[in-house]
Amino acid sequence: MDQQQFQKIVDEKNPKVPFFMNILKAFIVGGIICTIGQLITFFYMRFFPFTEGTAGNPTVATLVFIAMILTGTGLYKKIAQIGGAGSAVPVTGFGNAVISAAIEHKSEGYVLGVGGNMFKLAGSVILFGVLSAFVVALIKTILVNIGVVSW
Amino acid sequence: MISSLVTAFIVGGLICVVGQIFMDVFKLTPAHTLSTLVVLGSILDGFGLYEPLIDFAGAGATVPITSFGNSLTHGALAEAEKHGLIGVLTGMFEVTSSGISSAILFGVIGAFIFQKRKTTY
Repeated sequence: MDQQQFQKIVDEKNPKVPFFMNILKAFIVGGIICTIGQLITFFYMRFFPFTEGTAGNPTVATLVFIAMILTGTGLYKKIAQIGGAGSAVPVTGFGNAVISAAIEHKSEGYVLGVGGNMFKLAGSVILFGVLSAFVVALIKTILVNIGVVSW
Repeated sequence: MISSLVTAFIVGGLICVVGQIFMDVFKLTPAHTLSTLVVLGSILDGFGLYEPLIDFAGAGATVPITSFGNSLTHGALAEAEKHGLIGVLTGMFEVTSSGISSAILFGVIGAFIFQKRKTTY
């Protein structure tokens, strides 16, 4: 059996990914989470002195808090099974990754377990966020300084 | 109010669809998908395109992880505008602090309150 035949058998045996169903589920679950976020944004704009531009930060913090409750009770796992990327891409998915790692490694103690493993899954998001923000901001600052673009 | 809920639903849903396509079509792991989306958000802010999206979609743009890259770049650019090149380094976490600090805080509280299940993620 050569490589191509083997690959063909592997492709046949792998379960078919239901693309459109997955995309529809991701759209609906992700959309619902963002709609809840919008409701929280309205709440902060109505009862606290936040504007449309600044209400994003407390909204994110509130959603991470909700993610903590859902992760601890095991409900977020069920949402993730339905939603796929729809549950991973919103900030609740980031919160879920941090919090579940923290709970998971609690038995190893708070310093080595929780502290050391908290960002095991979410660390790459922070790394690439900081790295790309640095590169983008550096390029833009240099371009502004030599007068190619303006702020 | 209803219309901004609908735009938040549609825009947020579409960003999640992009993530799902990365996972299903390009066979990326969730960690790779999230990292790619963060980089995309930061590049969009470099071109000044992410703020208009937030104005249009509200939480539909601030809740997905792309906004994390956006706010990192945004803080870096705002500080660079004031203090020059060194601001790129010092301003980075100025805007985005809430996501990371709340994740750390609630992670510790969650570990304190909840017991380990078989898998929580």
